[in-house]
Amino acid sequence: MGFALTIAIRFLREGRFQSLLIIVGVGAGVAVVTYISALIDGLQGNTIRRTLGTQAHIVVKPFEEKSVSSLVARSGELVARDIQPRAQRPRSIDNWRSLATEIAATPGIVAVTPIASGAGLAIRGEASRSVAMIGIELDSYDRIVSLREKIIEGVARVAPGEAMIGLQLAEDLGVSIGERIVLRTGGEAADTFTVSAIFDLGNRDLNRRNVYITLKSAQSLFNIPGGATNIYATVTDLFSADHTAALLRQRTGADIESWMESNAQLLAALDAQTISTRLIRGFTTLVVMLGIASVLVVSVVQKRKEIGILRAMGATRAQMTRVFLMQGGIVGLVGSVLGAVLAKLLLWAFSMFVLGSDGKPLFMTELPLDLVLTVTLVATMCGVLAAAAPARSAAKLDPAQAIRI
Amino acid sequence: MSERAELLRMSGVCKTYGVGTPVATEVLHSVDLAIGQGEFVALIGPSGSGKSTLLNIIGLLEPMSSGEYLLQGRSVANLSDTELTRCRGDTLGFVFQFHHLLPAFSALENVLMPAMIRTGRFSDADRQHGLSLLDRVGLKAAADKKPGELSGGMQQRVAIARALARSSPLVLADEPTGNLDTHSADEVFALMRQFNRDAGTTFLIVTHDPRLAQRCDRIVELVDGRVRLASDVHDMADVAA
Repeated sequence: MGFALTIAIRFLREGRFQSLLIIVGVGAGVAVVTYISALIDGLQGNTIRRTLGTQAHIVVKPFEEKSVSSLVARSGELVARDIQPRAQRPRSIDNWRSLATEIAATPGIVAVTPIASGAGLAIRGEASRSVAMIGIELDSYDRIVSLREKIIEGVARVAPGEAMIGLQLAEDLGVSIGERIVLRTGGEAADTFTVSAIFDLGNRDLNRRNVYITLKSAQSLFNIPGGATNIYATVTDLFSADHTAALLRQRTGADIESWMESNAQLLAALDAQTISTRLIRGFTTLVVMLGIASVLVVSVVQKRKEIGILRAMGATRAQMTRVFLMQGGIVGLVGSVLGAVLAKLLLWAFSMFVLGSDGKPLFMTELPLDLVLTVTLVATMCGVLAAAAPARSAAKLDPAQAIRI
Repeated sequence: MSERAELLRMSGVCKTYGVGTPVATEVLHSVDLAIGQGEFVALIGPSGSGKSTLLNIIGLLEPMSSGEYLLQGRSVANLSDTELTRCRGDTLGFVFQFHHLLPAFSALENVLMPAMIRTGRFSDADRQHGLSLLDRVGLKAAADKKPGELSGGMQQRVAIARALARSSPLVLADEPTGNLDTHSADEVFALMRQFNRDAGTTFLIVTHDPRLAQRCDRIVELVDGRVRLASDVHDMADVAA
């Protein structure tokens, strides 16, 4: 190995400009692959985090009320009927407590919380806004949506007669902490609540729409004593949510949906993104390998005489093969170190100059060490692989002929 | 030379290029040649007489088409490429007309290269040995210079030191002075003679220079791929004339 390494390094150093060009080329390729991997991973992680910031991974819904026809056609008869779908009123899930207990006991489930929610109006004086009133148990709900860290004013608390409202709703109604609003359902049930906290969910629509009250208050407003309209649950592995939901659906017969089903389009977009990223990575790798191979092919021709001399002095074909494989490996290794530095710079530039609407970086993307190590390993192996053909031709060189030229 | 041990023996060695094609040419026709240990032999002949081919076959750089070749009593006909390479590294040293030093390595490293190929490193002991060889060819001061910084004669002296680095019993020199002025040529020739005398190294030197050929122990003349005559130089003053 010492012989191959020594000769490989000298050959590369001797071909200064040529070696520099290909190493920079490999570096650029590795930088693109690393940067795009880190960026897309970060972007997707961020998108999913934002999407799930206000969503549960798994949601249990009550069965929809369906209209069933009582007219049955006898044979030889035609029946004309027009069945209107029924309006869905807030209803409780049957036996939600035992269902919640069963879900909580399912492997992979981290947290479970009941919800009682429905539509209504938030009113203060002349101003009224349509809102979604969400009755929660703050402690267990917080484990699923982490509401507490989104409070920007007031105290994260829902006691009876208290409500937490979003930033935009507070502006629209002109209320601040400690002031009162009236919440009214479509069924004319109404109650007065004191604003205990103002939150920012990072989404104006949600800030305008969501009003959090206690589970009990919601139950009485929607006239479902002791009931829950939904059960929210989170899972340990985000992307096993649909699997877990299917399992629960099968076991309990309840209407259960995972975030992956309710966000199918987002997931499809993320998948498309992942596939494009793979394509870019694949083609970049191919281009880099072709670059390494072509430089080494030229190098074998340039070094014919040296190869011949080394063979005359007792270097075997296998040794000459290793010299060129080693050159490919070194180019891959050094290039990927350069590439990692470039990728780091690119990511830094991205977080410095690509800013969100709030003037802050869109998201911070770290360059994960394991990504760098993986890319380095792959680049080195690709370098060796790319050197296979040139190494073979170097080994096959006839020393007598090589020296004569 | 009868009392000398035999270093190599060739009998009936033929070499044909392009076997099986319409342009097949036989370059060597049944060459018989024996060289004893410690001999200093000149190989002469007109261009195209097959000198380089014969040297390449003796140097295990290309295979013969037929015939028998014993190097140190061992037949090389059926050796694998790796065995031939090892045998070449252990037994033979080469000096070429155009020096053929490795330009990326210093003079000393060039001298150490044959050992490095075998051991994978430049060891301190090898380094000392290499320096003493460079000293003997008068180039100790140039040990760290790259070949490009040395004159032709100096490069050829480095090449001689390299050929002797592993104390190979046989050194093959292809026109070692062909590219040098008379003074440098004399110097290089004298060096080879000196190593021959001091270390008993056998030399086979291809040369066009009759002046140098005459100063060898023996002249082998190759004409049209055949050895014309092999005789002691003292009997054949006319050959070189």
